[in-house]
Amino acid sequence: MSLVLIVLLPFIGAMLPALMIRAGRNACATTTFSVTLLAFVLLLSHAPAVFRGEVVQAGWDWLPALGLNVNFFLDGLGFFFAGLILGIGLLIITYARFYLSKDDPMGSFYTYLLLFQGAMVGIVLSDNILLLLIFWELTSLSSFLLIGYWKHLPEGRQGARMALVVTGSGGLAMIAGMLVLGDIAGSYELSVILQNGEAIQASPLYVPALLLILAGCFTKSAQFPFHFWLPHAMAAPTPVSAYLHSATMVKAGLFLMARLWPVLAGTDAWFYIVATTGLITMLIGAFIALFKDDLKALLAYSTVSHLGLITMLFGLGTPMAATAAVFHILNHATFKAALFMNAGIIDHESGTRDIKRLGGLLYLMPISATMAMLAAASMAGIPPLNGFLSKEMMLHEVANTAWAGQGWLMGAVATLAACFSVAYSFRYIAHVFFGPARDDYPHKPHDPPAGMWMPPALLVVLVVLIGLFPDTVAGPLVSTVARAVTGGEVLDYHLALWHGFTPALGMSAVAVVIGLVLLRRYGLVRGWWQAGPHPQAKEMFDALIAAAVRMAHTVTHGLHDGSLQRYLALMIGAMVLLGFSVYLGAPSAPGTRVLLPVTLVAATGWLLLVGGCVVVVLQHRQRLQALIAVGVVGLMVSIGFVYLSAPDLALTQISVEVVTVILMLLALNLLPKTTPAEPGRARHLRDGLLALAAGAGVGGAAWAVLTRDAETISGYYLEQAVPGGGGTNVVNVILVDFRGFDTFGEIIVLGIAALVIFALLDGAMHGAVARKLASWVPDQPRAADRHPMMLAVATRLMLPLALMVGFYIFLRGHNVPGGGFIAGLVVAIALIVQYMASGFGWAAQRMKLDYHGMIGWGVLIAATTGLGAWVVGHPFLTSTMWHVDLPVLGELHVASAMFFDAGVFLVVVGATMLALANLSRIGRRAEHLLVNVGPMDVDPSASAARPVEN
Amino acid sequence: MEFLLASAVGVMTAAGVYLLLRARTFTVVLGLALLSYATNVFLFAMGRLVIDQPPVISALAKGYSDPLPQALVLTAIVISFAMTAVVVVMALRSFLESGTDQGMLEPVPHTTPSAGAEVAEGSR
Repeated sequence: MSLVLIVLLPFIGAMLPALMIRAGRNACATTTFSVTLLAFVLLLSHAPAVFRGEVVQAGWDWLPALGLNVNFFLDGLGFFFAGLILGIGLLIITYARFYLSKDDPMGSFYTYLLLFQGAMVGIVLSDNILLLLIFWELTSLSSFLLIGYWKHLPEGRQGARMALVVTGSGGLAMIAGMLVLGDIAGSYELSVILQNGEAIQASPLYVPALLLILAGCFTKSAQFPFHFWLPHAMAAPTPVSAYLHSATMVKAGLFLMARLWPVLAGTDAWFYIVATTGLITMLIGAFIALFKDDLKALLAYSTVSHLGLITMLFGLGTPMAATAAVFHILNHATFKAALFMNAGIIDHESGTRDIKRLGGLLYLMPISATMAMLAAASMAGIPPLNGFLSKEMMLHEVANTAWAGQGWLMGAVATLAACFSVAYSFRYIAHVFFGPARDDYPHKPHDPPAGMWMPPALLVVLVVLIGLFPDTVAGPLVSTVARAVTGGEVLDYHLALWHGFTPALGMSAVAVVIGLVLLRRYGLVRGWWQAGPHPQAKEMFDALIAAAVRMAHTVTHGLHDGSLQRYLALMIGAMVLLGFSVYLGAPSAPGTRVLLPVTLVAATGWLLLVGGCVVVVLQHRQRLQALIAVGVVGLMVSIGFVYLSAPDLALTQISVEVVTVILMLLALNLLPKTTPAEPGRARHLRDGLLALAAGAGVGGAAWAVLTRDAETISGYYLEQAVPGGGGTNVVNVILVDFRGFDTFGEIIVLGIAALVIFALLDGAMHGAVARKLASWVPDQPRAADRHPMMLAVATRLMLPLALMVGFYIFLRGHNVPGGGFIAGLVVAIALIVQYMASGFGWAAQRMKLDYHGMIGWGVLIAATTGLGAWVVGHPFLTSTMWHVDLPVLGELHVASAMFFDAGVFLVVVGATMLALANLSRIGRRAEHLLVNVGPMDVDPSASAARPVEN
Repeated sequence: MEFLLASAVGVMTAAGVYLLLRARTFTVVLGLALLSYATNVFLFAMGRLVIDQPPVISALAKGYSDPLPQALVLTAIVISFAMTAVVVVMALRSFLESGTDQGMLEPVPHTTPSAGAEVAEGSR
């Protein structure tokens, strides 16, 4: 379990720095350090097992149906990378404490850093490739935050965005590649995939999977032609560059190549893609690095070059080359992180990191200079430092490899890259630390506080120790890791400084000599370089992004230019095309189901419905007539439901119909009553054709289904309604019990809709709209008696009856047609009629119902009923039944679903009333009506001579 | 009978789509209402047509119509009511804001603040 904790600790700890910063910067840094240290110690506790060659596993099933499980495993490779991430993390945390200035928000810096750290550890310890992908994306996101940490710098923001776009799109490709890989192997567990190397390489999907996965690796590890994001990411604070862009994140791609090496490597495709890309990257990176004046840019291109070197070694596909790659990952992490931190020190202390403005720092900051020179010499590959050892192994491997039959080619290119590498490394030494001591620095440089130079110093000690005693210091680790990478092959080799006079030694010597000559004649070389072309990757990238944005604009604005008509016509047209193209491409024989006879009633209903539709279309410019015709159609639909054995639907439809018509009438009160004619015959024709096509399609589909028999899945519900749900009305039992969760969601939607309506209308009561409302003039004559006595008396009499009917419908709903939805609508209608009869203000003063509260309570009651099932250990919304013996009424049968239905009822009443009440409120505001005193216009108790004024 | 239902669904859809494509918001709302009817009836019909066999368990019943589409359509009716209500109120509000009930925005260059933002400020 401690394995899972190693991954989780940084994530859990990520919350702490943001809180601890209140206790000061030291507390904040110490907390972050402690979290990382704990994870590091936990990791080390597994070291004995790992060095014995065991694989530690831990995890649990998450979504086994998708093959996504939280499984981690720790072998040599995972241990090595996790150690790098956490170990260098500790140094970086210490360094950053002194690097960040007082104005930088340190809490968020450490929070981002821990998030990133957790994501990285997650990548290297994941056993499940889907889980690995999640962590992979997390590193892209957290590194985006870290690169853009200095939000005020435009370069920081641009660099962060570029890094996210490049690594993010690579990540997308990799998701596809991993899915293909998992599909071939039949499992998403790495430990299974790694056993299926032969099957995977034999699969026809091997090359696509390889290309997609490599796209992810190459973008993340800044391989040519995706290398350009890395130098731009250098806008980040130096601790970030040292951590992400030398030691960890850019190595994620390398890690994955190492991880999948047994499965993917060894084919021609692998060799030519990976080794060639690595070789080109190595050469280009080293070449450009020579001409960079910004220390961090120099280091960035150098990193690109070294990443290329390691990629190439993996690409060679031999176990020995993979071992060299692992060794170089270790060495590069030590000297490059040290150099980045050193560049940060120089920048911090002297105020510049432009090589042209630096020089003679050896005398001003001797400690930092000594360390930097050792690390840079290692970068150049000078014995007896660790960089020399792995570079030697690389040259040895390359010298023995033929590229397309050319035995010399790779060796020559690698040696050339090594020349540049020597040159830029020594430039870092010679042009920064040697030369005359200058006194034109923005600040007077001196060695930084120990907290800043100690972390790089530790790394430099490693650089020297590994160089002097490679087999003792790094031997066991490298061989353990190499065994894990190559899948258990034990190689006969040992790490040593001296291998005798080998071709590799000769290549090294040549590189050093040429490199020094290049530096000696730097002015001349630089002049040649200045004369040549300088393709700017950033400009190309920006142009590409701009083109993509333009295209998106053209498409979006072309489809959706603000005209609802155009957009709907396009959408409906597309759907019609899609539907018909499927229909025309499929065989269609007529159905064989025995059809029901047509009765006179059905035919009449059909005529009315079709007539209603025709009237709506023809009369749609007369809005009131059209509304009435829509009402007719709705009525016919509900009669149809009765006829076709769906009494619940009929009841719901007819009550909804009433409410809808009232609502539309209230809206029409303020809207124009007629629609002006639309010009353009062509448009009417087009719309008509679209409408006919849509109608024919939907009608045809309905006909096709209705004339065929079907298997239903409702047998279960019919059988279980009484024993399982305790009700005979199967529709209601489904709603409140079997599929109660759906209903729960639906009442929430209903409640939200009502609140949206409230917000829209309440907003209209203030500001500019309210002023418009105030100057609104009714466009139709008003009835003389606004609150007729007949209506008022009748509705008052009806109210208790209607409420009783509603209650009855609610109670019986579980067994015969009815239920919360219908009862809610009936009660809402009964209430709204009171508003209509006596006016909104008068009724509102007397019915102090809190509709917002009803919606809230309704949802709460439904949820509580559902949660009640948890208490007794059943799933959410499991129904329970009780039998209660009451003295007079006899045995009463109560299902817990009834409480749920009560929640539904409350929401329906609340939502409906909230919508209608607010519509009438706004209407009353527009007409400047005072609240009437009496319930009706005529006061029957007063004499005819004294009409009540209102 | 099946033909009557299928053709009714077709007619309601056609009328709904035609109204949906008109320029004024209220007409669009009416079209949406018709389209909801069509959709609900269509969904309901997926359980096939049965007469005199409501899905209420009883010893005397000869059989039952399919309860599942009915349950789905019941909530669909309520939800489409909620949707119609929201849309009609949106139509009303936009009419109050802009003085016109055309379902058409003035094309706004995307660099300037959108019309929506101004509306939101104006309403405060």
